Amino acid sequence: MANGYAIKKEDFRSRFMDKLLMGMSWPEYMRSLMTPFNVVAFLILCVGLPQIVLRFIFGLAHAVHPSNEYPWGLFLSWGLFGGVPLSATGFVMATAYYIFGFKGYHPLVRLSVLTGLLGYFFAVVYLLCDLGRPWRIYYPMGISFGTASVLFLVAWHVATYLTVQLLEFSPAILEWLKARRVRRWATMITIGMTIAGIILSTLHQSALGAMWLLAPGKVHPLWYSTYLPILFLNSAVYGALCQIIVVSTLSVRFLKSKCGPELLNNVDRLTVGLGKGAAIGMFIYFALKIIAIAHDDNWSLVATSSYGPWFLVELLGFVFLPIMVFVYGVKQKSVGTVRLAAFWAVVGILLNRLNICLVTFNSTLPNHFEHIIPPFGEVSIVLAIVTLHILIFRWILNRLPVLREEPGFEQH
Amino acid sequence: MAHIPQKTEDTPLDAESSIGNIELTRRKFLGTITVLGGAAFVGSCPTAADSKEFEGWPDSFGCLTDLSACVGCRSCEAACNKQNNLPAPKVPFDDKGAFNELRRPTTSAYTVVNQYKNPKDPGKFVYRKIQCNHCLEPGCATACPIHAYSKTPEGAVLYDENLCFGCRYCMTACPFYVPAFDYESALEPKIVKCTMCYSRVKAGGITACAEACPVGAITFGKRNDLLSIAREKIAKQPDRYVNHIYGEHEVGGTSWIYISNVPFEQVGFPTNLPTTPLVEQTKGFLAAVPLVLTVWPALFGMCYAALRHREDLAKETPASERKEEVK
Repeated sequence: MANGYAIKKEDFRSRFMDKLLMGMSWPEYMRSLMTPFNVVAFLILCVGLPQIVLRFIFGLAHAVHPSNEYPWGLFLSWGLFGGVPLSATGFVMATAYYIFGFKGYHPLVRLSVLTGLLGYFFAVVYLLCDLGRPWRIYYPMGISFGTASVLFLVAWHVATYLTVQLLEFSPAILEWLKARRVRRWATMITIGMTIAGIILSTLHQSALGAMWLLAPGKVHPLWYSTYLPILFLNSAVYGALCQIIVVSTLSVRFLKSKCGPELLNNVDRLTVGLGKGAAIGMFIYFALKIIAIAHDDNWSLVATSSYGPWFLVELLGFVFLPIMVFVYGVKQKSVGTVRLAAFWAVVGILLNRLNICLVTFNSTLPNHFEHIIPPFGEVSIVLAIVTLHILIFRWILNRLPVLREEPGFEQH
Repeated sequence: MAHIPQKTEDTPLDAESSIGNIELTRRKFLGTITVLGGAAFVGSCPTAADSKEFEGWPDSFGCLTDLSACVGCRSCEAACNKQNNLPAPKVPFDDKGAFNELRRPTTSAYTVVNQYKNPKDPGKFVYRKIQCNHCLEPGCATACPIHAYSKTPEGAVLYDENLCFGCRYCMTACPFYVPAFDYESALEPKIVKCTMCYSRVKAGGITACAEACPVGAITFGKRNDLLSIAREKIAKQPDRYVNHIYGEHEVGGTSWIYISNVPFEQVGFPTNLPTTPLVEQTKGFLAAVPLVLTVWPALFGMCYAALRHREDLAKETPASERKEEVK
């Protein structure tokens, strides 16, 4: 009896190691890790991870500008305000597939949900690095309620939505673990979770824009608008479509052996479809940006403000031009062109968020540019978290049924 | 709970408890609706009829700084430092060398005085004292997700370190760049700012800086009285003063107000601020939150139902049979 149990345990252990090492032995696995990419990643982590430790030992001043005028630096403007809109992928794709019935997009649904899940997870990692006392992160949920604060809404929603996304992604984890019964339960809540995701995403994506409404004297008037919430939501939706193109392009390019035939045979066609959606979303965004300027009658500022040309670079160079490229790519059915436009538009989203949070924030203060150039510690920590993000993403794609279907399970 | 006015002999607030609750309830009302089922655990849900304009606590205290009277002696800085047991300053309080740079309140100084060239008379200087302006509806309190800030009936805006998790949104929101953050501390970083000598005022006293000022440039009193004094001063000497009371209307009004002999924008005051309280900027957004919470499930639930309906129809009648039905 005891002997049988031991064998069973041994069997389980070897099967589990088999999953973790993807069927290789330890020496084989270690050898497979020796790639130029991994060496670079290792070096970045060697610099950045100790910086994170030092930040927690010596306080925030070790990593960021200890500025009372510029309380937020790269951690939040890049990680939270830039990262969250590009993580709307899960909500946009799940809505399109489960609620609107775009059934052809099935091979991209799981990848999109995973992109969203990891994006939110790492947004919280950046936030934990930035908070003065991160061990109090649950305070808005249980200790004291700042109910008039938009950040209170963001805190609740990001926490809730992280859970929702984990549940949405759980069928993939359960298939990997061959937990058939739990997996069936997990698939039963899909529609509910998808609709919860729409509500939560609508609110907190726009809330990230609404947060800046509290600083009318500091956000540059060309970017400050009562339309900020809707602009943030709108750009998150098209940003998500572009990000799905980016992530699927990289997956098919670098992890081809992990991609199933359903994805490989359809990805080009689906990319063009996503590009069409993104172009429409961007057209709406472009129109809203113009309306926002008209609403506050800021036309003269475009010409007279020293940031007017920079505003036009963002609006024309990173919204209007990618729209044109999208339109050309979709018309010509040129997958490469659509992909180029998608990468371009993603950079545009990041540029917009960085412009609002950092580049033009407090632009009236003296020595403005000295404050917004991040110090070494902050940059190295951001690079380390980006690297970890990619490594964990790849680790999951290598093992879990995300880019392919798990044999023996019905489609979800 | 610091919100709720307490009757003391120094602060006659008999009639105001109900008005005080307007502030309390409106903030709560705005917020209760921001979270799914928030009302359940936030507490009593006030009636919508309570949500009226809040024009500040009546009979609350404040200070009036007269820039034209200030001689830049830094006595107020020294008194504040002593009152709050702050560390010794980089440049001693009797050293005018401190004016070589423009300073701001920090974790070791609740208030600082800066020197500006007098634009009217280049040989002379103008001095500006900076500290928390104690807004009537503070942006910091609106921003804080943990309710670590409260506006007291006495006028002071107080911050509770025990609730703060250090997000620094209050610093982003403060239009006057007042809250300072203790970036150096790893374990107990906190916001530091002027408390308008809350304990002294509560005990019937006046702020340490106002008491220390040798030339009477800082007047402590009830805000309504201070506004009258300021108006009177400007009316009596229209050539001396700029015709503006800074803080009367800026971001809905502040407890600390200023009159000046030089234009405010030339001595570092932000002059691009709205006259409405900052809470008004996000009110519209928060009002839309319950719309999404209630309408979205129905709307997208219906989309899903329509999808299922189409799928069912397609299953029931395969394409080949549909033609016959048309006949």
